[in-house]
Amino acid sequence: MAEPYKIVIGLEVHVQLLTKTKLFCGCRNQFGLPPNTATCPVCLGLPGSLPVMNRTAFQLALRAALALNCQMASFTKWDRKQYYYPDLPKNYQISQYDLPFSAEGWLEINIHPDPKKGHTPKRVGIIRAHLEEDAGKLLHDESGRGGDSRVDLNRTGTPLLEIVSKPEMNSAEEAVAYLEEIRLLMRELGVSDCEMQEGSLRCDANVNLHIPRSDEPHGYAATPLVEIKNLNSFRSVGRAIRYEAERQFSAFQNDPQNYRIGRLLKTTAGWDDARGRTEVQRHKEEAADYRYFPDPDLVPVTVSPEQIDAVRREMGELPSQQRVRLQTQYGLSPYDANVLTAKGRPMVAYFEAVATILNDGKQASHRISDLVFPALSERNEEMESFPIRATEFAGFIQATATLSKQDRVDLFTHMLEQGVNVAAAMEATGLKPATFDEATLRAAVIAAIGNNPKAVADYQSGKTAAANRIKGEVLKANKGAPNDLVQRLLEEELAKQ
Amino acid sequence: MTITDRTASELLALQAAGDVSARAITDAFLAVIREREPTVQAFVQVDEAAARQQAEAVDAKRRAGAPLGPLAGVPVAVKDVLCTRGVRTTCSSRMLADYVPPYDAHVIERLRAADAVLIGKTNLDEFAMGSSTENSAFQVTRNPWDSTRIPGGSSGGSAAAVAAREAPLSLGTDTGGSIRQPASHCGIVGVKPTYGRVSRYGLVAFANSLDQIGPFARTVTDAARLLAVIAGHDARDSTSVDQSVPAYTQSLDQPLQNLRIGIPQEFLKTGLDAEVEAAVRAALREYQAQGATLVDVTLPHAAHHAIAVYYIVATAEASSNLARYDGMHFGHRTADKGDLIATMSRSRTEGFGPEVQRRIMLGTYALSSGYYDAYYLQAMKVRRLIAEEFATAFTQCDIIASPTSPTAAFPIGEKTADPLTMYLSDIYTISANLAGIPGVSLPCGFTSNGLPIGLQLLAPPFAEERLFRSARMYEAATDWHTRRPPL
Ligand SMILES: [Zn+2]
Repeated sequence: MAEPYKIVIGLEVHVQLLTKTKLFCGCRNQFGLPPNTATCPVCLGLPGSLPVMNRTAFQLALRAALALNCQMASFTKWDRKQYYYPDLPKNYQISQYDLPFSAEGWLEINIHPDPKKGHTPKRVGIIRAHLEEDAGKLLHDESGRGGDSRVDLNRTGTPLLEIVSKPEMNSAEEAVAYLEEIRLLMRELGVSDCEMQEGSLRCDANVNLHIPRSDEPHGYAATPLVEIKNLNSFRSVGRAIRYEAERQFSAFQNDPQNYRIGRLLKTTAGWDDARGRTEVQRHKEEAADYRYFPDPDLVPVTVSPEQIDAVRREMGELPSQQRVRLQTQYGLSPYDANVLTAKGRPMVAYFEAVATILNDGKQASHRISDLVFPALSERNEEMESFPIRATEFAGFIQATATLSKQDRVDLFTHMLEQGVNVAAAMEATGLKPATFDEATLRAAVIAAIGNNPKAVADYQSGKTAAANRIKGEVLKANKGAPNDLVQRLLEEELAKQ
Repeated sequence: MTITDRTASELLALQAAGDVSARAITDAFLAVIREREPTVQAFVQVDEAAARQQAEAVDAKRRAGAPLGPLAGVPVAVKDVLCTRGVRTTCSSRMLADYVPPYDAHVIERLRAADAVLIGKTNLDEFAMGSSTENSAFQVTRNPWDSTRIPGGSSGGSAAAVAAREAPLSLGTDTGGSIRQPASHCGIVGVKPTYGRVSRYGLVAFANSLDQIGPFARTVTDAARLLAVIAGHDARDSTSVDQSVPAYTQSLDQPLQNLRIGIPQEFLKTGLDAEVEAAVRAALREYQAQGATLVDVTLPHAAHHAIAVYYIVATAEASSNLARYDGMHFGHRTADKGDLIATMSRSRTEGFGPEVQRRIMLGTYALSSGYYDAYYLQAMKVRRLIAEEFATAFTQCDIIASPTSPTAAFPIGEKTADPLTMYLSDIYTISANLAGIPGVSLPCGFTSNGLPIGLQLLAPPFAEERLFRSARMYEAATDWHTRRPPL
């Protein structure tokens, strides 16, 4: 351990579900609409309106929780979480309190400090995953002239899945890896697009330190919990955790007797990305008593084992299963399997098509990372719209097998820029494999036989493998010459000796 | 007989025979409203022009030979907790004095589809919290039988309007007796349907797990007609039950053979007015004369704990439902604006009356951390026991009979200083809401000073048809429902 302490991190992640409509009404669930255009009496909380559960949202949530290896409740209910806030029209949020639909799961994350060493799997426990409705958005006057704040209620009532991890991550890298895995999983499952910038993935981090001290009952002293909010990117999650750990460590060093969990209240801090520091906002215990109680407008939901089986069946292959399969089926390294999986299902499908044509998974994987990955990021393009489809790419690999890496890259770039096929690109650039006629090769074989009397003698004494030495010399001098043709010519000429 | 003395059934028949137009019917009721409202004050809003327009539309449809709905041309008054598109819906609260909903409640849609004429919005205890309609922020509705007395509540306006012949039919809501008790005090028929029988969509909630919309009428048949129109499944209310609605009016005049009437022993003990008890016992004798048998049943939890349970469950739900009225999103906003919390707090203090504030505080307390288990959770357990108790009782009897209210209508102002006594007047009605079962109150006599007395009948869930038939057995043998208040 590089630092003189252990960081303990638990994450609370909110994922916005990819449903057409909101959780309890028929309004559109869509980002970026003009303010207050996706609203109705229900999500505005108009007097007399009633919520009706969106079954699709519940199905998606089931799928997500199953993928998180959660225990599924056979009976779940909706509760009202009550607090007064202008972005919450009813002044209560419909959520799940003591009977969430799922609990006690885990997620395997991959930490790869050194890509060449492959991946290091770690299981992070999930305390619970539950569904709730989102609040609206407040738009404050930031001109400093004290104008009225405005409320946009388009987001009000959109479905959120809250996933609460156990405090089982011990570095900023692990926390980011956890978030990356959640995002990959949710995207692969079609549960959420997980765009942190658009707020469809949100994360609060609970952080404290265990500082080894031999005189402590547990062998360490624990600092007070800090909940970091306002984390707007994966990068800020990592930065905030690293900053907060150092801040807590120096606070502890300044006052080792009192800067302790139990002595000080849990606090909430906001991450200021511009200044690169956390700012304490409030003491958590001062927060409201939410007065949870079962929402009498909604009926409890029962979930049968058959329903769960049905959801599991349509879930398809999970990223964790895919990583293992790519290794066993195509002989990929754990690192390559991980990288491909992280790129998403369209990329994996592309890889599999190329690998099948080439009958060589490793080669397919390496060529894709050499050529396709950089091209995609250069062109800022998704796999789905990449113009060179798998069959053409496999053909390209075969046609350029004898070219140098640089020639291959140049050729590929030309194809993409000009929108032409490999033959046209070769013609235009002149980058093509040498061609070999039989007479030239036969002359080369004869010359090689002349150069290797020892090998010829060995061959003639029955050591047929000695012919390979001669063939090797021919191929070395004639890069890209067809192996089977050289073999035939060599056998013919040796027979004449 | 004047038009306004006619029942809804008669008004339908008269129109069908071409004897009277919907417009003439509406005009007649509007005339009575104009004459009697200064005394009765049942309505918070009457739009004469809109009512006439609806009536004329019905007449035009009839002339054109277009199909007509089951309440064509019949005026219906509705309690002002039911949302009406484009028409103020105040809940008799200062908080919503100017609130105009952009949508119709489910029952309003049903009334429109039935070609009924929506004649006005009626007064209530603010947000349906009360038993006398004295808690209205706007006016005190009078009992048509004695204008110094309360009409009952919280649906006092709807009950008084029907009793005063200002409308042949009306809708109320019943959370703890708010239809049956005012029906009893006003000498008319009031029905609280099974929880889930009528969609609550568009009913401004007091206590969601207890509220149910139901009809007022002067006869059992009329009440059955109106319930048939508003009952049935609605996907917009998750607690609405998908169960077919029987044709209540078809079986109404068939007496039930071998009817077993359960008499809860606990209900005929302390606190019951002697004249009320005598009237109810006489009604039971009438049933016996028609071949019914009386069965003793016991409802100890309902009798001893229903009020306590009710005032925890109902106020807990209300405290949450009413949170949205904060002067930010809805309702009255204080002129004395401060920061966010101060503005919300002042708006609520100004916008809500004392009874509503009392109940918000009770409910907030019951749900508070550290008290939840002792109050709310415990109340929910007892509530379940009460429901089980009724289920057991209904294995021994077909319906349960009792007084609707322990006394006849009390004088205005008598109980306003003593909320607890007021709460106790709902002793016989509250447990039906806790158990979710249907009940009816129908006239069964008068006190010596001319105040109506109500008989309450309760039935198992979704046995409204049985309730109507047994109520009609008694109604057919008596003439209490034909008496007119001295207006
Ligand atoms: Zn909506």
